[in-house]
Amino acid sequence: MTMVFGIPIQAFLGQLLIGLINGSFYALLSLGLAVIFGLLRVINFAHGALYMLGAFVAYLLLAELGIPYWPALIIAPLIVAAFGAVIERTMLSRLYDLDHLYGLLFTFGLALVIEGVFRWEYGASGQPYAGPDLLSGGTNLGFMFLPTYRAWVVVASLVVCLATWLLIEKTKLGSYLRAATENPTLVQAFGVNVPLLLTLTYALGAALAAFAGVLAAPIYQVSPLMGSNIIIVVFAVVVVGGMGSILGAILTGYLLGIAEGLTKVFYPEASNIVIFVIMAIVLLTRPAGLFGRDA
Amino acid sequence: MKKSLLASLAFALAGSTAAFAQDVSDNVVKIGILNDQSGVYADFGGEGSVAAAKMAVEDFGGTVLGQPIEIVDADHQNKADVASNIARQWYDTENVDAIMELTTSSVALAVQALSEEKEKIDIVTGAATTELTGAQCSPYGFHWVYDTHALAVGTGGALVEQGGDTWFFLTADYAFGYSLEEQTSEFVKANGGEIVGSVRHPLATNDFSSFLLQAQSSGAKVIGLANAGLDTANAIKQASEFGIVQAGQRLAALLFTLAEVHGLGLEAAQGLTLTEGFYWNRNDASREFGKRFMERTGRMPNMVQAGTYSAVLQYLKAVEQAGTDATKPVSEALHSMPVNDLFAENGTVGANGRMIHDMYLMEVKAPGDSTEDWDYYNVLATIPGNEAFIDPAESGCDLVSK
Repeated sequence: MTMVFGIPIQAFLGQLLIGLINGSFYALLSLGLAVIFGLLRVINFAHGALYMLGAFVAYLLLAELGIPYWPALIIAPLIVAAFGAVIERTMLSRLYDLDHLYGLLFTFGLALVIEGVFRWEYGASGQPYAGPDLLSGGTNLGFMFLPTYRAWVVVASLVVCLATWLLIEKTKLGSYLRAATENPTLVQAFGVNVPLLLTLTYALGAALAAFAGVLAAPIYQVSPLMGSNIIIVVFAVVVVGGMGSILGAILTGYLLGIAEGLTKVFYPEASNIVIFVIMAIVLLTRPAGLFGRDA
Repeated sequence: MKKSLLASLAFALAGSTAAFAQDVSDNVVKIGILNDQSGVYADFGGEGSVAAAKMAVEDFGGTVLGQPIEIVDADHQNKADVASNIARQWYDTENVDAIMELTTSSVALAVQALSEEKEKIDIVTGAATTELTGAQCSPYGFHWVYDTHALAVGTGGALVEQGGDTWFFLTADYAFGYSLEEQTSEFVKANGGEIVGSVRHPLATNDFSSFLLQAQSSGAKVIGLANAGLDTANAIKQASEFGIVQAGQRLAALLFTLAEVHGLGLEAAQGLTLTEGFYWNRNDASREFGKRFMERTGRMPNMVQAGTYSAVLQYLKAVEQAGTDATKPVSEALHSMPVNDLFAENGTVGANGRMIHDMYLMEVKAPGDSTEDWDYYNVLATIPGNEAFIDPAESGCDLVSK
């Protein structure tokens, strides 16, 4: 049997693939964070709560209204985006002129409130959510059993990440967005509605988080705590990738997912800190992150 | 001066008739329920345990020795320091007579030590460690529902007898996980089984697929989940996703209760083997209690909640028998009285404080076999109390003579 680093190549390939799957969630979530930070300069601690909301909205759509997975994949992000827009319009937008710290504190408090409400209503151990029948089952790849749903997660995440990147970097709307954050006064003078653009940006970030939440619902328990479990890792991903770098957030998400997956084979006990070790090393050697530009 | 005169008069009167109301301190019997009400174990005990405690008070009649009974509760957030502070405040300034529930082993050990120092009674229903009635036992400390030993005997021993003789462990990387793995391994080996491997995962792991693949490639017949709460739930859910159970490996959750099975759903949990001390749908008394609990909380009780009911009820019976709520006589009564209620049949309390009662090996039903809401278990076997729990004489508790 061929060996890689002392483990059979089959096991190695399996872990690589699993790393890629987990990386898909990191990429989607860190992308939303990076978009919000890059364009609004807000460190959005409520991102984990929005991810959790996405999963819960999908769960409620199914449990209360009988709306299955596929429509929920579109509807849940839209609902959460609308929620995000309301938050931004009524509360967050008042904090733009203040220190970044206020945005952070506000979103952190908001996350605690949202989680608290759901924990009060649904308890901590979570709700089951059945995935679509179309994606049940799996394929034996020879080196591992790949559930169809996990393959779908990788594909869906890649497509959405790429689309978001194209939207921001290559379209006219994206160029407005970027310009509005560079120099809001000037862009406003050209007749562009800057506050609306910022609201849309936050809504987009919220929708991305909710999309990841719906993708995660059939895999993990739909639990009020699911967001706070993952958000810290995602912050590390954004820092490693470079705050505000959109492409950096996506690539780093996948890379760190793989790094974490491999650690689970070689030294499982360290698997939840490996990302932070990498973060520390990157901050020491490249403070702006792997893909960031020095401010 | 007047007060002390009155007090000594009361004392003298109390000496003459045991059942005199003056023997209840502060004219109220106050029981504190201290547990996790917002974190990972909030469904495991949580508000449900508080509701169960209140039901016990109502079923007892609301008063004991002519004085009212009061239940207070607080959230310890799974932190031993928070729990100790609350317990200290309860004992010192709020006249709490006994503290119960105490989910999470670190919290239970801390509060039991404090209670011993303050000469107060604690009855642990939610924590697992055998230390509570072992090296760290207290003359006023009781362990009511389950412990790591009982879980290991139940799930570890019984599964080997059913042919599950090779094991791979997924173990939570902290003291609770280690002791669960270690004790279960002992029973697996004692019954002729073999441990083929184990992997230690960090607490609060989201994704178990990597660990599950390792378990799968080990070829073990049984994958033992030496973890708790959301970790176990996620591991089980993902094992079903990766086709592990369908491929013939069996999952054994070492600490899993009805509350978590409900959260997971039967689709993912079917076929799972676990050990609990209570099942609402086991007999008429448990069904009747289950329905009443359901009306109040919207959920069926698990062993921790039913056990808390039993602990409160037995404590009140002990106060009545002792004729006082003073710690030492009540503690003696608790040690000597048999426990007979909807939770335990002919339970006995050892000198180390361990309440010894039968445990049950359960198998989670397939969705098609479940006939009503919350109808989740088949009872596979009854594990007699003297097998499930460590013999007090061998517990390592120095209160046990002989």
